[in-house]
Amino acid sequence: MTDATLPPATSEPSSAKPAQPKSLYAIDELTRKRNAAEKRFQAYGIGAIGIGLFFLVVLAIAIISEGIPAFTKTIVEVEFTLTQEQYDEAEGQLFKTKAYEQIFIGALQGQLEEKGLDVPFDASTIERIVGKPGGDIRSFFKADESQLGQPVSFELAASSRVDGYINGRVTRENMTDSRFLQKTDLDLVDILVEASIIRSVFNWSFITGADSGVDNPGGAGIGASVIGSFFMMLVVLFLSLPIGVAASIYLEEFAPQNKFTDLIEVNISNLAAVPSIVFGILGLAVFIQFMHLPQSAPLVGGLVLTLMTLPTIIISTRASLKAVPPSIRDAALGVGASKMQAIFHHVLPLAMPGILTGTIIGLAQALGETAPLLLIGMVGFVARGYPDGFVSGFLDPNSAMPAQIYTWAARADYAFYEKAWGGIIVLLIFLLTMNILAIILRRRFERRW
Amino acid sequence: MSLFWLVVIVLAISLAGYIVGRARAFSSAAGEISQLHSLPSYYGANVAMKAAVPAFLVLIVWLLAQPFYINSTVSSTIPDTAIQEGSSLGLVMAEVRRAATGLDNAVAAGQMSEEFARNARADFTDITTRLKEAGQIVTSDITQPVMRAAQSYRIMVATGNLYMSIVVVLIAVAGALWGLKETNKDFRARNTVEKGIRVILFSAALIAILTTVGIVLSLVFNTIEFFRLYPATEFFFGLTWSPSFSGRGGSSELGIIPLLWGTFYISIVALVVAVPIGLFAAVYLSEYASSRVRSVAKPLLEILAGIPTIVYGLFALLTVGPLLLSVFGDNGLGIMQAGTAVMTAGLVMGIMLIPFVSSLSDDIINAVPQAMRDGSYGLGATKSETVKQVILPAALPGIVGAILLAASRAIGETMIVVLGAGAAARLSLNPFEAMTTVTAKIVSQLTGDADFASPVALVAFALGMTLFVVTLGLNIVALYIVRKYREQYD
Amino acid sequence: MNEMPNIEQAIKMTDSKISANKVQVYYGDNQAIKDVDIEIQPRSVTAFIGPSGCGKSTFLRTINRMNDTIDICRVEGSIKIDGEDIYDPKVDPVQLRAKVGMVFQKPNPFPKSIYDNIAYGPRIHGLAKNKSELDDIVSSSLQKAGLWEEVKNRLDEPGTGMSGGQQQRLCIARAIAVSPEVILMDEPCSALDPIATAKVEELIDELRENYTIVIVTHSMQQAARVSQRTAFFHLGILVEEGPTQDIFTNPKDKRTQDYITGRFG
Repeated sequence: MTDATLPPATSEPSSAKPAQPKSLYAIDELTRKRNAAEKRFQAYGIGAIGIGLFFLVVLAIAIISEGIPAFTKTIVEVEFTLTQEQYDEAEGQLFKTKAYEQIFIGALQGQLEEKGLDVPFDASTIERIVGKPGGDIRSFFKADESQLGQPVSFELAASSRVDGYINGRVTRENMTDSRFLQKTDLDLVDILVEASIIRSVFNWSFITGADSGVDNPGGAGIGASVIGSFFMMLVVLFLSLPIGVAASIYLEEFAPQNKFTDLIEVNISNLAAVPSIVFGILGLAVFIQFMHLPQSAPLVGGLVLTLMTLPTIIISTRASLKAVPPSIRDAALGVGASKMQAIFHHVLPLAMPGILTGTIIGLAQALGETAPLLLIGMVGFVARGYPDGFVSGFLDPNSAMPAQIYTWAARADYAFYEKAWGGIIVLLIFLLTMNILAIILRRRFERRW
Repeated sequence: MSLFWLVVIVLAISLAGYIVGRARAFSSAAGEISQLHSLPSYYGANVAMKAAVPAFLVLIVWLLAQPFYINSTVSSTIPDTAIQEGSSLGLVMAEVRRAATGLDNAVAAGQMSEEFARNARADFTDITTRLKEAGQIVTSDITQPVMRAAQSYRIMVATGNLYMSIVVVLIAVAGALWGLKETNKDFRARNTVEKGIRVILFSAALIAILTTVGIVLSLVFNTIEFFRLYPATEFFFGLTWSPSFSGRGGSSELGIIPLLWGTFYISIVALVVAVPIGLFAAVYLSEYASSRVRSVAKPLLEILAGIPTIVYGLFALLTVGPLLLSVFGDNGLGIMQAGTAVMTAGLVMGIMLIPFVSSLSDDIINAVPQAMRDGSYGLGATKSETVKQVILPAALPGIVGAILLAASRAIGETMIVVLGAGAAARLSLNPFEAMTTVTAKIVSQLTGDADFASPVALVAFALGMTLFVVTLGLNIVALYIVRKYREQYD
Repeated sequence: MNEMPNIEQAIKMTDSKISANKVQVYYGDNQAIKDVDIEIQPRSVTAFIGPSGCGKSTFLRTINRMNDTIDICRVEGSIKIDGEDIYDPKVDPVQLRAKVGMVFQKPNPFPKSIYDNIAYGPRIHGLAKNKSELDDIVSSSLQKAGLWEEVKNRLDEPGTGMSGGQQQRLCIARAIAVSPEVILMDEPCSALDPIATAKVEELIDELRENYTIVIVTHSMQQAARVSQRTAFFHLGILVEEGPTQDIFTNPKDKRTQDYITGRFG
């Protein structure tokens, strides 16, 4: 410490109390500058968060504004009475559906006149607006002849272009005349809307229906793929929860400290970061090529997603197990329980809320995953119908919500984009529900030791 | 069906074993539970475990081994002459399996008698036409060697399944009997069951390794198959990507360089968006924000991370793409041809990665000890000076790790690039041009109509291998850095 | 402008460096410090002693407004340094902390080189015009902290690689480098071994010539060794304050006596 007593003379003035003390009340130039820099820096931070939230808002607005129209459909509602004579006459003709179409047009004209609206139109305009209505009408009366002579109200789906016009997707400015719709047709559409013959109704078939062909966007529904997702999630839940919990218990409670345990741990943390598409390749090569499980089946999708979700579940389960204080284990061991009993009777039940929260979040992740499903053939167009039963729900080709959305987004017809956005709303409602469930679970059972 | 019932039967045997074992334990102690070494349910569980576990183990091994064995046996019967020019054994075997499935389905649907399916000769009958008429998927005319192979394939599968059922049921019964034989009041049932459970727990943990092994094997085998058909040097150094789906990919050029460039370019754009925003957001949330702001802003930002990538893909394709096009397209600056471009995908991917970067960095910044901050504030540093000169340098390794993890996410991201980046493989510097990535091409090569055994489909595995190696490397380095960083402050 | 004479007058009026008047500190709804009045003499060492949780560290941290970094903390009453209220809205805590340095319980060198650790303060406060001035400040600070001979050949090595006692002296040198007038020390030796503690105590004694030092300590022996005045805190109240000699040999308050004699603590 002798050195410290020999400070260089030059340093004396700087350390001694200055002759004129600087007042704390006077902010000097440098401090002002530094405070300005401080303000700027803080502004960057607020800006960054603002940008993030701005994107969130834009995304939400895009989803809602683009997706809501998918939940409505435009219908043309015409009420008329078909007499026995008209029926017999139509059935006697060579082009029967054409005859019914004429009857339909007549009825439509009648309704318009009734309301004092008159606009000339021909059969081809009607066909562009509602397709060919004759077939539907004929099969309706053929199926139930007792309806003859009674007033019957027909709700026919308007073509997708008319639907787009009503939803504002198609406007007079941006449309071009085509065999699907011409600008002149819109005059009739306007009048029909005024007469409330064309109106928007809630589109139940979007929620309950199955995918349609590429030429019929109006009929496409997400229902079948919701079922596909449901069966996949069943597989994921019933495999990943027990396996994940078992693996976590082993690693957290029993695993010896050795190289092999390290290897498992490194594997788990790496698998959590492997791109999902690689799991798709694994599914394709192992489950389909090698084990010959059926392609496009929710069972295979579920297996792939299980492998993908496992690391997430294991990581969160281990955290929950770790959070249970050792005193609980000691207490159980102290009354003569075996280690296994201590864990299964005491530690696991206490960790369960945390485990379930982690599992739900893992499931939500799996539910939104798309890429691996594409590789194992779970694309939208296989979702053409509901599975027949429980077992076929796992084994029959089906799609899943995100894969269905992808299929719609990849189709050429713009009308499908609306369905894709609508599908996203359905998907997000499921995800939101699951996340809220997880939050409630956490709030409800969270324990602070 | 048969597999389902087999599982049910084994479970039933094991359940029966549980009940009987429990009863037997009771009777061996003459109804006095205190006479038993363990609780009665442990005796039951011991029997059930011995019935079910070995049986299922054998079942799984059999299921994995049988196709392998049958494939190699059947393919050895195919003469070299049956393999046409430009084709391979793998392609022929795919045809054999298709023919066998076709025969199976035709028989099941009653369109063909079992007798006929077993004995029909492709050179004497119109088997191909008949199968096609029966609605089966058959790509080319079935030749006699293929037909013979398909028939023996069918028979081997059928007998294999039969033997499997018998063996599995026998093992289950034997296991149950063994368990029952052990059951008496002095038997240490709990210890045995617990040992068994420990093994089960251990095997659950093993699945992590098995998954990695599965990934590696499925990539390696198919990649080797691909390099047999297509030279590796051309794949790794080729500057052109133009797969030709016709003619079995003979004229395809499958160079990975344009795909790597696209992947790299899009990831860079994404990171340029995500890293500054995420980092500033993290700094603000951990150093400045009041706990109320934090409790609102943090979960809101994290919503961005919970949104499925398909949503971002659609957002890129339908919202951001057209928006960028209206600014940079022909009506604006004229440097953008279509909505799908590097910029579109990169920007949207950047948005997706913001919460990823910010929550990782947040954790890392919070790991910097409070003492560092106190030391700096105590010297009269402002918060921003403390952040820039003390906290960020101290957290740097961790933040680098976080950025590497984000990069690995960006490289492996699929749906955003499939929908937002375009499909054209291109080597260009213009970020407003459409390019494509490794992941996007994996999807398109494997979901197209190409035969699984052709190079244009197999290339997807080589791409997957490249992707896996790159992301694995990044992850290992990143996790190592982050772990070392955490240990420093623990 | 017309404030200036007042300030000068104020400085002349009082000869104590720091004067606290009716200081209350709240953490949310909890009151941690009650009605503390104290005068701290310039160029001397004042020790705060008391059982843990008595508020001595909390009070110390109010003197350079380190409590500002805790959201829920609220300070009432006045603390004046050279007659200027440091909680006046006109006062910038950054400037205040340049004047009132602080050394913490655990040595907390930045994960930078030894040189950069010392140079950090002068750099942010703009104390050096150029590299050679900065070099001077670094070397003189290290000399004053008695660390120069030990580290002069390895200034570019990380500060975290030193021994605990060296780290703490580095932190003291770091505080000196900003040329503060007051140095607050929050149990600076609690993480050090006896030999390192002795060195730091020796250093404190030397620094007294130029700085006003306030030290919080858990050890009564240390307070007796290094301080001229001692203040005893108990349950957030300043029980007794006076020359160290008096406090230890002739405490006025029963609680002080109990503490000194080891009845509680």
